[in-house]
Amino acid sequence: MSTKTSAKPAWAVIMWRELSAHVSSPVAYIVTGLFLIFSGFLFFSTFFLINRAELRSFFSLLPILFAFFIPALTMRLFAEERRSGTIETLFTMPVSPFDATLGKFLAAFGFSVLLLVPTLCYAITAAFLGDLDPGPVIGGYLGELLLAAGYSAVGIYASAVTKNQIVAFFIAFSLCALLTLVDKFLIILPAPVVGLLQFFSAGYHFDSIARGIVDSRDILYFISLTMLFLWMTVNATDERRAA
Amino acid sequence: MIEVEKVTKYYGSFLAVDELSFSIRKGEIVGLLGPNGAGKTTTMRMVTGFLCPTAGSIRIDGTEIEVDPKSVKHKIGYLPESAPLYGDMITEDYLRYVAGIQGVSADRVAPTARTCGLVEVMHKNVNELSRGYRQRVGLAHALLHDPQILILDEPTSGLDPNQIIEVRSLIKEIGRTKTVVISTHILSEVEMLCDRVIIVSKGKIVADSPTAELRGRFGHKAQLKVQVGGCSYEEFASAVVALGGIAGCVRETGEEGLAAATISVETASDVRPKVFKLVKDSGWTLYELSLHQNSLEDVFRSLTIGGNDA
Repeated sequence: MSTKTSAKPAWAVIMWRELSAHVSSPVAYIVTGLFLIFSGFLFFSTFFLINRAELRSFFSLLPILFAFFIPALTMRLFAEERRSGTIETLFTMPVSPFDATLGKFLAAFGFSVLLLVPTLCYAITAAFLGDLDPGPVIGGYLGELLLAAGYSAVGIYASAVTKNQIVAFFIAFSLCALLTLVDKFLIILPAPVVGLLQFFSAGYHFDSIARGIVDSRDILYFISLTMLFLWMTVNATDERRAA
Repeated sequence: MIEVEKVTKYYGSFLAVDELSFSIRKGEIVGLLGPNGAGKTTTMRMVTGFLCPTAGSIRIDGTEIEVDPKSVKHKIGYLPESAPLYGDMITEDYLRYVAGIQGVSADRVAPTARTCGLVEVMHKNVNELSRGYRQRVGLAHALLHDPQILILDEPTSGLDPNQIIEVRSLIKEIGRTKTVVISTHILSEVEMLCDRVIIVSKGKIVADSPTAELRGRFGHKAQLKVQVGGCSYEEFASAVVALGGIAGCVRETGEEGLAAATISVETASDVRPKVFKLVKDSGWTLYELSLHQNSLEDVFRSLTIGGNDA
């Protein structure tokens, strides 16, 4: 019987494994590259027309870009384990569904941060060309991180309920797109319903943070969204065991 | 060490394991035997805590899995069927990752790799390894944290004969100090490795006894194959039955012009000399006279016939 030296908790070991698998996989670079091409094109195509040193057009596009790109990064996380059967080797080691979920979530959050780091160039470019107001930029990046956390949790949940990566992608993309756009279709609805739906819209809360106004309600919204989907993921992984 | 009590598992409405009970003592090597679909893998998945039983309880070293899943899982080394591993990692990184999760020092990686004969593939991608090496990486995965219990699901399936021999001798070596449960449908493997056999069929235990005893219990009958020239089957059969000590005589299709028969006898009384004398005295010619001991194979067939793919 070996002695447990327990250097690192299981979730940390899982997180590092996922991160190193990510940086050594060509898919990661393709997805990151595509993200930069899209976001760069959409940003710069209006940046010089509007002729103002601000990132508003970039931030306004970001939720829908994330709704597409984050599911592409997270779809593999649990679905691939189910398809290849490695989920059996994983969960017969001393790993709880919570460890696996947390480790994979933190890794997915790491993937999205890697996606965002190159976009700092846009801020630097804008700061060079004009007088950039730092408030909305800092708010925007904070909002991006919160949004990335929320969508990563959604993506992991979708990946945990199927063994097909493509299905996982479309479930996550649909959920994220719905969360992003639900407040954009509200013109036809009566006011009280609008308020309620706005409250559930990630896009609405993101816009509010990206304006540079950091409201605890918006932060709380993203934290709750993340927690809810992580909790659902833990349950989904556990339920499969009983099934 | 392992106590399984009235464990039942349903997949939807399909009954995979039906009130299975057995207990395995420390240091035993037990073979779990059964046709495909008999519930071997399901049983192992429940013992390792991967699946929850629908009913019943499983205790490992006195602790129920659900009470403390992490410490129970740490006591078990498990090699699932077909060794599912992360293909995108190199062998050494994979074993280091397993050491990290099990909370044992990474210093264990090198000696375990040596034991399992992995030294020359440590820097290869797991995906590029041959079936035999993958299986050995799986074995290293199971052994890395030096568990008390080793559970191996079809450890030799898909290997070539040389690899089978290597893996078997490795298991035999490991079995000296650990409690081992092996599932297989290869009977010679059980005879070679296991002290005890549990035969399951359709989710139920149909036999549970020491390997030697099991064969003794069912192996007291033997078959004698005979081919004789110079007489008809009927002539031969009536003469043989007249010898006494014969349980039955069945006609076989033999070579052209020969009378062929399978004679069932009790092993205790060897009738071969009598049959030979009969043939010689009658002036016939003996072409074949061979004794077939009832093997574990026959025991297995008689116990599991009607199983999904027996």
